[in-house]
Amino acid sequence: MKCLAIAKKDIVMYYLKGPVVIFGILLPLFLFLAFWIGRNLPLNFLIAGLISMTVFFASTSVSPVIAPWEGQMRTLERLLTCPISTTTIVFGDILASITFGIGISIVPLLLALGFGLMLNPVIIPAIILAAFCFSCLGLLFSAYPTNLPSTIMMISSLIRFPLIFISGIFIPIQELPAWGKTISMLSPLTYFTDIVRVSLGMSSFLPLYLDFIILAGFSIGFLALAIKLHEHALLRRL
Amino acid sequence: MIVIEAEGLKKNFGNVKALRGISFEVKRGEIFGFLGPNGAGKTTTVRILTCILKPDSGKARINGYDVVRDTLKAKQSIGVLPEVSNAYPDLTAWQNIMLIASLYGMRRSEAEARANELLKEFGIHERKDAKVRGFSKGMKQRLMLSMALISDPEIIFLDEPTSGLDVQSARMIREKILEIANERKTVFLTSHNMDEVNLLCDRVAIVNKGKIVTIDTPERLKSRVGGNVAIEVSFGDKVVLNLENAERFGNKYVIYTTNPYKTICEVVDFARKSGTKMISINTRTPTLEDAFLKLLEMER
Ligand SMILES: Nc1ncnc2c1ncn2[C@@H]1O[C@H](COP(=O)(O)OP(=O)(O)OP(=O)(O)O)[C@@H](O)[C@H]1O
Ligand SMILES: [Mg+2]
Repeated sequence: MKCLAIAKKDIVMYYLKGPVVIFGILLPLFLFLAFWIGRNLPLNFLIAGLISMTVFFASTSVSPVIAPWEGQMRTLERLLTCPISTTTIVFGDILASITFGIGISIVPLLLALGFGLMLNPVIIPAIILAAFCFSCLGLLFSAYPTNLPSTIMMISSLIRFPLIFISGIFIPIQELPAWGKTISMLSPLTYFTDIVRVSLGMSSFLPLYLDFIILAGFSIGFLALAIKLHEHALLRRL
Repeated sequence: MIVIEAEGLKKNFGNVKALRGISFEVKRGEIFGFLGPNGAGKTTTVRILTCILKPDSGKARINGYDVVRDTLKAKQSIGVLPEVSNAYPDLTAWQNIMLIASLYGMRRSEAEARANELLKEFGIHERKDAKVRGFSKGMKQRLMLSMALISDPEIIFLDEPTSGLDVQSARMIREKILEIANERKTVFLTSHNMDEVNLLCDRVAIVNKGKIVTIDTPERLKSRVGGNVAIEVSFGDKVVLNLENAERFGNKYVIYTTNPYKTICEVVDFARKSGTKMISINTRTPTLEDAFLKLLEMER
């Protein structure tokens, strides 16, 4: 219950912050346009890319800025004196981040339906799991104990862009050379993209259940690491 | 009953020895003052007692709960006003105070009743639905104090609660501190304001360079300066006055004495003999500040 209170605070405080809007909403939109214009690609391939990118950017844009901002605004010490554990704070932040990711994902989903594409309902649990996984990943970006949100934004961009390119969004995994396939397996976004493509009627690279299991595995790993790292990092922000 | 216990607390930040062994006990219902120059280690001590920092060695207990092992239980019984901290600027006063109430696990109805009461008492109730961003410094501090008190804590830590506030806000906070202590609650107060400490505190610890110099009541501390009367003299030039219990502050001396008539004669004799002009002389009772400065000087 206490993490709900934290999430509510995060929503009011951070959803409308400049970097969150720019990196979470505008950036995937521009990337998508750049990818689309002047090319003759099938609509379902494009929309699959848009959905993956939107969920990924939206879910990784809220969670990393919370901790540095709290340090900079000097609200952190007040929060830490309350009878809550780091885990509660981390869960609250993740909840706020998931809600943002899922909320924003409604836009490309409506777009897909508007274009008359058929969506397999498996995409719904996939978006929820992916928003969770990417929110945990986002928290790892802010494990570096600085109070400058801009530094954290830079770190997260350095990690997010390469992930976009190795995750089968722009080029289907099936068409990659063997080394490319190997690299793409390192990115959690690959598995989500795979599910999205299936739900839009394309062939999958891995069996669906495997995509889900691996995505869940990444989530748990990221979450455990985030809790551990933030336990130390939060104190160094005071 | 002892509610705050510190036992040999030590804390280093790199090469800086912030605390070099701090020990004291605070009884239930006491207002305990923590006085010391900048960098003495007051805030570091508060942060250890409020479970924000872990000590390098030593132990601390709040209500019998160890601050390192039983962190959540220790935190549940305290309210804290940190030295530098802010409420969330994009949340309203009400949202800020309810956030803290939820984090303490308070029931909604109980939290709302208490929040209304506190905000009214501190004169910010009409502004409860305004964002904190637009609040003045005094209003922010009064809100922070309401947030510290929302859970009706047994023990309250206040780190320089009135620093930088106007007279009215400061007085409001001081009156609240006295009221809290009347309810048999314990207050741990750090301050640079000697009058405030003198007025409020039952006992005062003077800290310097990470160690406790002494702990005593304000009255007894004042009597330690060496007399019940303080004589202030200022001279026209820099002079060296050799009298017992004389403290020099630039061209001014403060002499503590139990026999003011004799001391004044001595000072006048001195001025006449050395040919220096005496600009002013007056007598007053020693203040806590006198005691504080004297004790710190003896440390050096
Ligand atoms: N997080 C930190 N990192 C490094 N050094 C620190 C840190 N916190 C405190 N110090 C150092 O520890 C010493 C004690 O600091 P502390 O803040 O406890 O003093 P204080 O008595 O509260 O002073 P003030 O009256 O200025 O508030 C100082 O020398 C300070 O520079
Ligand atoms: Mg301090």
